[in-house]
Amino acid sequence: MALVEIRDVDKSFQRGAERIEIFTGLTLDIPEGSFTALMGPSGSGKSTLLNLVAGLDRPTRGAIRVAGAEVSSMTPGQLAPWRARHIGFVFQQLNLLPVLTAYQNVELPLLLTRLSRKERDQRIRIALGVVGLDDRMAHYPRQLSGGQEQRVAIARAIVADPTLVLLDEPTGQLDARSSADVLQLLRRLNGEFAKTILIVTHDAHAAEAARTVLHLDKGTLIERHGVPA
Amino acid sequence: MKFLHLVLANLRRHPLRTLLTTASVALALFLFASLRTVVTTLQAAAQFGSARRLVSTNATGIVFTLPLGYVNKLRTVPGVEAVTWANWFGGRYGDTKRFFAQFAVDPESYLEMYPEIALPEDQKQAFLRERSAAIIGRRLVDAFGWRLGQDVTIQGTIFPGDWTFTVRGIYTPTDPVINDDMLLFHHDYLEERLHNPGDAGWYVIRIHDANQAAAIAKTVDGQFRNSSAATKTGTEQAFNASFATMWGNVSLLMGTMGFAVVFAILLVTAKARMMSARERTAEVAVLKTIGFSDRTLFGLVMLETAAIALTGAVVGLGGAKILYRSTNFNAGGFLPGFDVTGATLALGAGVALFLLLASGLVPAIQAARLPVVQALRRVE
Repeated sequence: MALVEIRDVDKSFQRGAERIEIFTGLTLDIPEGSFTALMGPSGSGKSTLLNLVAGLDRPTRGAIRVAGAEVSSMTPGQLAPWRARHIGFVFQQLNLLPVLTAYQNVELPLLLTRLSRKERDQRIRIALGVVGLDDRMAHYPRQLSGGQEQRVAIARAIVADPTLVLLDEPTGQLDARSSADVLQLLRRLNGEFAKTILIVTHDAHAAEAARTVLHLDKGTLIERHGVPA
Repeated sequence: MKFLHLVLANLRRHPLRTLLTTASVALALFLFASLRTVVTTLQAAAQFGSARRLVSTNATGIVFTLPLGYVNKLRTVPGVEAVTWANWFGGRYGDTKRFFAQFAVDPESYLEMYPEIALPEDQKQAFLRERSAAIIGRRLVDAFGWRLGQDVTIQGTIFPGDWTFTVRGIYTPTDPVINDDMLLFHHDYLEERLHNPGDAGWYVIRIHDANQAAAIAKTVDGQFRNSSAATKTGTEQAFNASFATMWGNVSLLMGTMGFAVVFAILLVTAKARMMSARERTAEVAVLKTIGFSDRTLFGLVMLETAAIALTGAVVGLGGAKILYRSTNFNAGGFLPGFDVTGATLALGAGVALFLLLASGLVPAIQAARLPVVQALRRVE
């Protein structure tokens, strides 16, 4: 069953007098429980697709449904709580608020819920435990390595138990060792916790960690293949 | 309240900047309260006075005296209940530059005319009995360490020579507008030393019916119109107000200065808040991605500004209130009863609210309206 349904989506930008087409008639399904890597050269529209799925941007035409909700027709007022409930997002960099500790950064999505302080505390400890950073709760981002920062960002992305975890080049700034740790963590989230993961990457190793790899070029899906688990 | 740590963390991001911004708001509100209090104190002084008291001065000007012989004629004017008189002395104590007012008064009738000048009965009797006795306000005791029974020598400037008085009483005004650092002594003593010139600086007249004030003033002035020293009689309130207007349009000046200070600080605060918001563009985008709504982000930025404005208001306005009250400040006797009023505090709170809205709205709206995709692209 498709968790994400992208139907006949066009996306274009206006830059001065020039109109830049990113996608034309893109149609794609992301099944529930899948781990999908989206690859492609710069400017192919990978990050734009991720932003559209997260409701951060709107398609010029077409429809995007996530878990049955028509994201592309929601108002900004509807999108914010929807994102809080359904989307966990990890960026390549600048993920964490530097003035907050790892614990407080992970707590952010939970502040938007009705959970009590105690319930929030339990969830934060579990999330940081899953990413192996339960001993770094009181550390500020400047006191963490790049890999640890990304793992805290992943903990924040999963702490509210979202429907879908989206990652935009999560290993782009990491060394090989940290990169491997993050990818192993993502596989575990997908395999052990059945999280649906969509990752945008240039990194072949990152793509290898996924079960499905999609290649985008100039806004067109040119290849799709499964990777054995 | 669950967002409080987020607000506090953002305020701690640049502690020095937050401290300086808060301090500038506090200073602006302190100055605002101080300048406003000058205005309210002058207004209170101008409004002080019993409706049943008239003041009669020389029509040529207050620096010219009136004959002491007028007192008997004044007492016969219909509607007049009591009359007293006083002279400005204008002396200096030692080599101190501290100013305080001295008045030669007719002791019995003056204290009867001004029940607001309260002193113990035994001290009052001691003052009345002794020609060279004086009574002093409580503040002079604090300023010079004078005590009962002490001889105090004042150098006369208008009436030259050394004038020695024995302190026989210490008064406490029951109305804060009455100066508590005056020295009052016997008019007879002044007359005696000056070989009885028979002059009074001005007369104070108590009347039976306040509604008759205008008519009685007219009668008094009519009585002396063709004499060598014509009088100008009016209510005590008008007399006090004329002193206030001697300062010029102080209210306008102080008010303008107060609002100029607030406006300058508004620009400083607004700039600091804008800088703070600009530095956090990426973070606001991340928060929006997490699911923070435009309204929540607007509220968070406004809360930060509110924390600065509120702290500044409490420190600035509270500081002014406490400082002036604890030091019993009266600007060297020129502004008796100088105290930051509740109305000034309320107005200051309004100014703080204005500062909050004017300096916080723009960054808050910018944070709320920030397009996430463009913001992320800008920082990548």
